[in-house]
Amino acid sequence: MRILVCISNVPDTTTKVKFSTDQLSFDDSGVQWIINPWDELALTRAMELKEDPSNPVSNVTVVSVGAPSAEPTLRKALAIGADDAIRVDAVSGDAHFVAAQLAAVASDGDFGAILCGIESSDYNGSAVGGMISEIMGIPSVSAVSGIRFEGEEVILSRDIDGGKEEVSVPAPFVAIVQKGIAREPRIAAMRGIMMARKKPLQVVAATDAESFTSYQAFTMPEPKAPCKMVDADNVKELVNLLQNEAKVL
Amino acid sequence: MSVLVYTENWDGKFKKLSCELVSYAKSVAALLGGDVSALSIGSVDQDELSSLGNYGASLVLSADGAPSGLDNQVYTAIIAAAMEKTGASVLVMAHNNTGKAIAPRLSVRLKAGLAAGVTAVPESAGPLVVNKKVFSGKAFAKVKILTEKAILTLSQNSFEINETGGSASIESFDPGVDASAATSIKDVQKQEGKLLLTDADVVISGGRGMKSGDNWAPLEELATVLEGATACSRPVSDEGWRPHGEHTGQTGKIIAPNLYMAFGISGAIQHLAGVSSSKCIVAVNTDKDAPIFEAADYGIVGDALKVLPELISEIRAAKAQ
Repeated sequence: MRILVCISNVPDTTTKVKFSTDQLSFDDSGVQWIINPWDELALTRAMELKEDPSNPVSNVTVVSVGAPSAEPTLRKALAIGADDAIRVDAVSGDAHFVAAQLAAVASDGDFGAILCGIESSDYNGSAVGGMISEIMGIPSVSAVSGIRFEGEEVILSRDIDGGKEEVSVPAPFVAIVQKGIAREPRIAAMRGIMMARKKPLQVVAATDAESFTSYQAFTMPEPKAPCKMVDADNVKELVNLLQNEAKVL
Repeated sequence: MSVLVYTENWDGKFKKLSCELVSYAKSVAALLGGDVSALSIGSVDQDELSSLGNYGASLVLSADGAPSGLDNQVYTAIIAAAMEKTGASVLVMAHNNTGKAIAPRLSVRLKAGLAAGVTAVPESAGPLVVNKKVFSGKAFAKVKILTEKAILTLSQNSFEINETGGSASIESFDPGVDASAATSIKDVQKQEGKLLLTDADVVISGGRGMKSGDNWAPLEELATVLEGATACSRPVSDEGWRPHGEHTGQTGKIIAPNLYMAFGISGAIQHLAGVSSSKCIVAVNTDKDAPIFEAADYGIVGDALKVLPELISEIRAAKAQ
């Protein structure tokens, strides 16, 4: 089975978010770009599956939709261990536009498992994975925190309210993964970084696809009132404030 | 233009989230000048179904013959059929596991722009423009829907429940779709009767400042006193002090309780992303410069392990009055 891991190139999660002065676009000056944290976990799990010889996994490909500036992030994914990378050459559109690009790549490549993070840490759309599956007309399972093979059969562990379900899914499928899918994201070793330079990174043209939504403007949250400090010897006062001022007790 | 709201049930029962969703749908419908229909999938009794009328649904479609196990393709087909039957132009769902699983598929199926994780009624109807959080709560964006239909998924605990005193007619609904699921559920492990972290009005949370997983008893006691749930920061779940399901933060659970109390949590930006929508935040930390105090409404600089016993007894005393 070939695995496709969809990678979103996002600002580092510690980035201080700024917008252009007209508030119409994200100001990316000085921003460090990373693999979206959930996508990084998906890639880590894909590598673990491939490295265990008892699993029928032959290849792990990573794909991202973006400008040439997204390539360092794909190289990082190659350094972590992916066999090859694809960049769909497009200035990222909305979730539907991006999903259409990824679905086109997934359909072309005979992938059995398509892994996507449950959301991206920038626009928090939680949409791309599910959209890919619907465009392709294949099954999807969301909130996946475990993936394993039983022979040729794929068993996904899905989080439900108050518990977990084990779900058997026929290939090809889309698994939308979250925390727990891998213990910790894998860090590229020096050898991986050297090898990544020689691994194939293919650039493909974007396909025509519609955007269903657009961002009109961005705003920052209202500044919060300063924290009211209570002396550690006066816990009673805190309880009084919670009961009579905040009215939350 | 009317609104369809999908109201999920839990073992045949609705919960606070369901009332919140219908109240939200009613406000959206008021903006558009239409009615609210609710869709229920699986077996739910008549009294429970008609209770949705009290929050603004005028019609409840009950697809009671449909399978209760979640298969994304089957549920997509059922909800799409209900959209067609009601002629609704807006679909409202929860931004929870189920909503995240199905809303994107429906967006493609119905050609309906999706705004995920909204917290307020759209600010305009034509075109539909709605505010949502982006960058994990660090900013807001106005999302414009470019399609005729729209899907809005509502963040839990973000909308005030509004009882209208209305009543709903109930109609059995046969979606007429192929219910054979591609996926099959092989095993279910579920903890019965435990308050879910995402449903809790009060959340008591501990971080590295609790020093050890063995020190959790006072946090659990406080959660019991306040009828809340316990949570933790990422290092705590990474260390294995607490289960991963209790991790709140950017990559863990995103919660919005009425009261969030953070003990020994410094408040890294990733942690705040998961809890900043809480209505009231209380922080106890030894470091007066910890970033948690910038997000908190009330704070104590002190050792959580020393503050907790006194806090528990004071809260017990206050509640006894």
